[in-house]
Amino acid sequence: MSGSGPGRPLAHWQHRLAERGIDRQLWLLVPALVFVIALFLYPFFYGLTLSFQPTDGGPLSDYARFFSDSYERGTIWITLRIALPAALLNVLAAVPIAYRMRGRFRGKRLVTTLLVVPITLGTVLTAQGLLNFLGPTGWFNRILLAGNLVDEPVRLTHNYWGVFFSLVITGFPFAFLLVLSYLSGIDPTLERAAATLGADWRRRFTMITLPLLMPGLATTFCLTFVLAFSVFPSAVLVGNPAGETRVISLAAYQAAYEQYDYPYASAIAMIMGFVELVIIALVLAARSRFYTGSTGGKG
Amino acid sequence: MSAFSQLRLDGVSRRFGGQDALTELDLTIETGEFIALLGPSGCGKSTALNCLAGLLPLTQGSIWQDERRIDTLPPERRGFGMVFQSYALFPHLTVRANIAFGLRMRRLPKEETRRRTEEAVRLVRLEDHVDKLPGQLSGGQQQRVAIARAVVFEPSLVLMDEPLSNLDAKLRLEMRTEIRRLHQSLGLTTVYVTHDQEEALSLADRLVVLREGRVQQIGSPRELHTRPANWHVADFMGYRNLWRGRVEQVDGTRAAVESSGHRLLGEAIGDLPARSDVMVAVRPEDIRVDGPGETPNAMSATIEVVEYQGRELAAEARTDSGQLVHLRTEQRVAPGDQVKLSMDPQRLLVYPAGATRETDRLVDASGAVR
Repeated sequence: MSGSGPGRPLAHWQHRLAERGIDRQLWLLVPALVFVIALFLYPFFYGLTLSFQPTDGGPLSDYARFFSDSYERGTIWITLRIALPAALLNVLAAVPIAYRMRGRFRGKRLVTTLLVVPITLGTVLTAQGLLNFLGPTGWFNRILLAGNLVDEPVRLTHNYWGVFFSLVITGFPFAFLLVLSYLSGIDPTLERAAATLGADWRRRFTMITLPLLMPGLATTFCLTFVLAFSVFPSAVLVGNPAGETRVISLAAYQAAYEQYDYPYASAIAMIMGFVELVIIALVLAARSRFYTGSTGGKG
Repeated sequence: MSAFSQLRLDGVSRRFGGQDALTELDLTIETGEFIALLGPSGCGKSTALNCLAGLLPLTQGSIWQDERRIDTLPPERRGFGMVFQSYALFPHLTVRANIAFGLRMRRLPKEETRRRTEEAVRLVRLEDHVDKLPGQLSGGQQQRVAIARAVVFEPSLVLMDEPLSNLDAKLRLEMRTEIRRLHQSLGLTTVYVTHDQEEALSLADRLVVLREGRVQQIGSPRELHTRPANWHVADFMGYRNLWRGRVEQVDGTRAAVESSGHRLLGEAIGDLPARSDVMVAVRPEDIRVDGPGETPNAMSATIEVVEYQGRELAAEARTDSGQLVHLRTEQRVAPGDQVKLSMDPQRLLVYPAGATRETDRLVDASGAVR
């Protein structure tokens, strides 16, 4: 703090702005800002204001309508019941596979490709496959029946399980890729150091790798959860859209395009966003309890 | 773990995809010894260390701790402490937890773990920092945590992989003394990998010089400093003047050599048939400038470049025949000065030139022969 004595002139205004991170490179942000404003902020605030302008009643009456109707209200629980376990399973299944695959080995690219291919399938193709494979006359049930393991086909489609499987298939590649990149961001020397200090692989994992990976797992969980929570096509195609898989996005869709009640649909969308935010806030709060600094690797 | 009286590496080899990184390393380490593995990068010294630690499987050979074969044991069951070049401190654990890690893995009683951790913290003088995370420490402090963590469980062998290479010059000197002090007070058997000959000479009881995966020489610091086994080792040990020459005459250990128009007398090391190609090695500090009276191995030269280095000057001179000479002198010389250089025949070492292609490359690079 010695540089700026009373008699000394201040640095040029450009230096002072640069000190605060304001320089010409900021222009690089313009395209992103245009996108965010045009494609996210404007529609969001449009929907938000629309949700307070119901066709009849006070500004909050559409929200009240949603929560007073148990059939509508229940969609929150139905969606959470599908999305939370699916996101959790995706993350948990990705960890051991990514852990095994973090190093270099022959055929790594092939295995990674195989694991990531479901991303390219799209929901409809996945649903088609699920119906063929797990449906009442699909291979899975035919094998079970032929082996006399069951007396009648197990119902795995057009109900909760169909949607669940579909979410796992489409969500897993995301979770896997994210976990893999978080894992390769952890310096492998740390585990080697732990080994020379006497830790077997189990303790290397639980005491070194897992604690360092937890923030990444939390982020991965949030992303796969958001993907799963807005599930729509598979809820219709392989679920039971009138009953146990009437997810919240379906309720919004019906309000908007079957009843043409846009304010009500907007209100449902806002509620949907709020529920997501609550879950993400909880997960991120838990995440902040872990070490989130540099983990030494290149990632 | 159990102390040993001898650790024996028996033909330890490691290949990476058809390339030999380490070839048939034989080495016996006595308990309490400080051994330095020395060599340029890619010479196999870190490979040897990792094989010893159990972090790299061997492709050939075996490692014995007295009568027990240990190269088949995983690293966690060898009980060797290791200091990594990057320190590899656990970033999510405090200094105290980092240091206590090895003791916790051994499931020692809580009280003993606490006591020994405190001791190690005192040993490396980090009492004020025990509750910090590694990221909040300076490089030198991190280095001390890494050392404390590796020695706290009193390992039978401590492995150090270029531990000082990430520190600045001043800290490096301090930590060097620190490591030597630790070794003297704890008496831990240590294998230390470095590419810095000065570091190796000042720390180790015994040096192992490696080149292209092969041992070149094993010996005491004095032996390596004064009598390198071949010119590659000489090159590495600070014999900056390496001149190509041809044997004229050998008389016992005294050899007369012709090198770019000069007749030089020196110590013959190894077998030197008459007329064979040789390399002449001289340290810059063994070259005298304007010595008194009749001097052996005299050359007249012109000073070209001078670097100020405190008590001494480091200079480059070119002889009248075009030979480049590196020298150190306390005399005030300046670029353009005409000087008479001379060398004590005892400090001028003559080696068989060996593989010629390599010789060409080296000599060309130093500009001595065109």
